[in-house]
Amino acid sequence: MDVRTASAREIARSVNARERSAAEVAEAYIPHAQTTDREIGAYLTLTPELMREHAARVDARVAAGESLPLAGVPIAIKDNMALRGTRTTCGSKILENWIAPYTGTAVERLLAAGGLPIGKTNMDEFAMGSSCENSALGVTRNPYDLERVPGGSSGGSAAAVGACHATLSLGSDTGGSIREPAAFCNVVGFKPTYGRVSRYGLIAFASSLDQIGPFARTVEDAALAYDAIAGHDPMDATSLALPLETTADALRTDLRGLRVGIVKEFATAGLGAQIDACYTAAYADLEKLGAELVEVELPTAKYGLATYYLIAPAECSSNLARFDGVRYGLRVDGADIGEMYEKTRAAGFGPEVKRRILIGTYALSSGYYDAYYVKAQKARTRIAADFARAFEKCDLIASPAASTPAFGFNAKSDPVAMYLMDYYTIPVSLAGLPSLSVPCGAVVPEGGSVPMPLGLQLASPLFTERLLLGAAHAYERATLHAAKLPLPELVK
Amino acid sequence: MAADRIDVRHVAKLARLALTDAEVTLYGAQLGNLLQFVDEMSELDTESVAATAQVVETRNVVREDAVRPCLTREAALAGAPQTQAGFFRVPKIIAAE
Repeated sequence: MDVRTASAREIARSVNARERSAAEVAEAYIPHAQTTDREIGAYLTLTPELMREHAARVDARVAAGESLPLAGVPIAIKDNMALRGTRTTCGSKILENWIAPYTGTAVERLLAAGGLPIGKTNMDEFAMGSSCENSALGVTRNPYDLERVPGGSSGGSAAAVGACHATLSLGSDTGGSIREPAAFCNVVGFKPTYGRVSRYGLIAFASSLDQIGPFARTVEDAALAYDAIAGHDPMDATSLALPLETTADALRTDLRGLRVGIVKEFATAGLGAQIDACYTAAYADLEKLGAELVEVELPTAKYGLATYYLIAPAECSSNLARFDGVRYGLRVDGADIGEMYEKTRAAGFGPEVKRRILIGTYALSSGYYDAYYVKAQKARTRIAADFARAFEKCDLIASPAASTPAFGFNAKSDPVAMYLMDYYTIPVSLAGLPSLSVPCGAVVPEGGSVPMPLGLQLASPLFTERLLLGAAHAYERATLHAAKLPLPELVK
Repeated sequence: MAADRIDVRHVAKLARLALTDAEVTLYGAQLGNLLQFVDEMSELDTESVAATAQVVETRNVVREDAVRPCLTREAALAGAPQTQAGFFRVPKIIAAE
């Protein structure tokens, strides 16, 4: 078994059985991530010393008789999650040299479950973007075609797992930032129900939407990671105080008895013949597995983007007010404190972050608050109600995760064109639903030379992670699309 | 909900963001486009609809008012650009008369 392409489940099993040590796993990954990652650029910071330290701790615990669900599993962490003693940048100049003084809950739980922190991954600045191109600190390339983007905002976390530079990774998803890069990098990306995973230690972008979730090369591994990080946390008042339901024991082999909704408004015919054929085949595969396909309507979903691009920037303008040059990060001196604030923020934030702060500040400002922000919050109610109505007719909703495969660098210079990448994921986020992207095929994009992966988005009602991951596993095992794409050259 | 022209300088002032003239022009145009784009929302009937701040209903969350372990003063100050005598140091805030 090559430990680099092995699943988290297999690594944990072998470490718990003492067939190999966590230290050996760490030593197999470290040089690999240090050399070939230069081509991909998944990582902003590698943490080899910390990884070795945790490997030694895991080996000691296993030697003492413990069995850990993620024993010795290399895990990459998006750089908007605090890891004590490690640079945590959010892909921004304003936090370029900030060292986190504490560790966030989701990361802490993965480490307690035996995970090994391999490094912090690149991202669109403050998680605002769909290609990773908005990072102020580095370029991340798609492992399947280095001339294409990995998606975003969690592009580094998706690329790290896609390139086998980590077994699992954590991302965060506000409007699609886990599901879209997962689709682009041929991996599974899972956004749980809003509130399932504590946001303590996740640097906030849009607090009513942000949710942490895992990337993995299999649905089962994503379930294992979710089971380790989910659950109530007193440090996050919005984390749900519901009984924890594990998912790794709910994986199904068929979809008998399930109704899968195909959204009338999400018809794929307009996406081009190749992509349309891919999704048509994916829906047919769901049916072959025993699911009953039903048409559902989401008449307000088309307002999702407009709603999102008022709510998310409004929350961002409020959350990012804390970056003022006083308590952390960059400071640019000014004649008085007002000038210091303005110069610090001008120098520290990139163009997309500035745009979103401006639109959010505008939408919240006197005279526009009701017309924009409150209107968007009401639209959000209607979108969520549409999903609730659709779920009276079905158990799951299937759709594309993104409307295209990974695109080239600088292909989306118009901000609104970039926003359209998240057309299918944003309505789901506004409704707070659990959803994931699972590989469902590949197409050679226009101007491309190699097939690029596509993702199938599955979404389910609030709190039904067991159903969602269980069904996705059945689809994945029956189709094995991820394995049909040859591993990128760099991995070999 | 007409797509008003944004007074970018005024909004930037509210957001404590210094902008160059070139940025004012660029963001003014881009934000105008975005406002036009979000304007489609105005056709959606929200007359008798409540606003959603957060989808998963959460009641007021309270906890015991107890002292718990937290960051040391040194750790909390370690990331600050300037500190003095255990405090964050900032430029003068109150103008001289």
